[in-house]
Amino acid sequence: MDEILEILEKDGRSSVEEIAKMIRKKPDEVRKAIKKYEKDGAILKYKAVINKDLIKDSQSEVRALIEVNIVPQKDLGFDKIAERIYSFPEVSSCYLISGTYDLLVVVEGENLHTVSNFVAEKLSCMENVRGTATHFLLKKYKEDGVVLKHRSENKRIAISY
Amino acid sequence: MNNIISEKVQKMQPSGIRAFFDLVLGMKEVISLGVGEPDFVTPWQIREAGIYSLEQGFTSYTSNKGLYKLRLGIHRYLKNKFGLEYCPDEEILVTVGVSEGLDLALRAIINPGDKILIPVPGYVSYGPVTELAGGIPVYVDTSKNGFKITPELLKRHIGKRVKALILNYPTNPTGVSYRHKELQELNRFLLKHKILCISDEVYEDLTYDFNHTAFPVLPGARKNTVYLNGFSKSYAMTGWRVGFACGPKEVIAAMTKIHQYTIMCVPITSQMAASEALASGKVSVEQMKRQYDQRRKFMAVELNSLGLKCSTPQGAFYMFPSIRNTGLSSMDFSRKLLEEEKVAVVPGTAFGPCSEGYIRISYASSLDNLKEALARIKRFLEKRR
Repeated sequence: MDEILEILEKDGRSSVEEIAKMIRKKPDEVRKAIKKYEKDGAILKYKAVINKDLIKDSQSEVRALIEVNIVPQKDLGFDKIAERIYSFPEVSSCYLISGTYDLLVVVEGENLHTVSNFVAEKLSCMENVRGTATHFLLKKYKEDGVVLKHRSENKRIAISY
Repeated sequence: MNNIISEKVQKMQPSGIRAFFDLVLGMKEVISLGVGEPDFVTPWQIREAGIYSLEQGFTSYTSNKGLYKLRLGIHRYLKNKFGLEYCPDEEILVTVGVSEGLDLALRAIINPGDKILIPVPGYVSYGPVTELAGGIPVYVDTSKNGFKITPELLKRHIGKRVKALILNYPTNPTGVSYRHKELQELNRFLLKHKILCISDEVYEDLTYDFNHTAFPVLPGARKNTVYLNGFSKSYAMTGWRVGFACGPKEVIAAMTKIHQYTIMCVPITSQMAASEALASGKVSVEQMKRQYDQRRKFMAVELNSLGLKCSTPQGAFYMFPSIRNTGLSSMDFSRKLLEEEKVAVVPGTAFGPCSEGYIRISYASSLDNLKEALARIKRFLEKRR
């Protein structure tokens, strides 16, 4: 992967000037490259990774991983039905996977009820959906490479040869 | 009390910056650019191997030379990477870090009064360990030659009892390293004058702009070199204390003789973990190296723009900028920077003679930390304009 993308994937706030210094390119070149990635959709958006457990005023969210078995459609395979599913705003991620079921759908809602309602009323009764199995998430330990824990203090002594 | 302590030790120069170190350790919320070790924790699969070995009850001594599995791993590593073949039975010794390897090598070769060439600025222990082994350190000033040692510089110091050169590249504290051609010239010179090369290549994996050349691969060098390396820097394993020495079997046998009486063997847990590092650590090393590389380029631009002149280092994780234009001595600069802005660096004078006017900055620190430190250094310098 391009070093620019690597740096941005680690820290989306890195400025063009900083990146230019880190990889010894002209800021204009870096700016151009980033623009192109954004235009092509390689860079989709920039966001903060938030540990919601630590935000006291936010309503706690419920998350469920749902295994979905579907009947693929002629000529369209899984894509059409996947689109019908992932277009719901409740769905935060949707993957086609190998194994005993077809789609892994991640659904977020305010509470248990909203998620179950979504599964019962929207998902399971959808044409071509053969069956679902819902797993509610109890605790998040690590997400997208980030461990959701207070960063431990640096254990190095402050100075050494 | 003085008559209890040996004359040799009494004569040893205590590190002049000990007081400065104590000052740093006593302060809170310091941003430290003063560390000589990676800011990464040992990769998990390596730590896990150490833990597993304990669970399995591997708590005994090992062979003096080190676990055969580890020596074999080292053999394979050197063969695959450099085409270097050292026999795991007779030519490889597992040591307590490169520090022990260096001590053993010097003690194994020095007769009282032998001279050892030491390029300066250089790593702090070379001189004192030479003295402890009964040798005489001969410091070779590289500061006017971009911190690089050359045959021309060495020529001025050759004489009857010059036994060895301690070469360290990539170099702590300057970040300088050598290309194949430069090493060839050094090697020819050493062979011609029958000077042994003790090559400390512990930062070997952290070479950025060109491929690292291991000294013993040079023509005729294998029989004239003690090759020292270790796991501390590449695999972020400083606290495990594992290194290794490779060389002609006579030298390794002599070193093993000392090692068996003084150390017996390296802790088995550490050896097990090191073995895992060789087996699966390559990806982690590459990831760490890429980050060091980005920080190094970033820091070189920033420091130069602040007026602290330095070249872009080619290896390790250090920069050695000049602070001459501030009019302060290395020690004053470091002390004031610490007291006023809470940024810790190491005064150049820690690294031997000819190092006045420089400081060592380590970029083994997160980019956020480096940016904050730079902002503070900038403020510090502006106050003095």
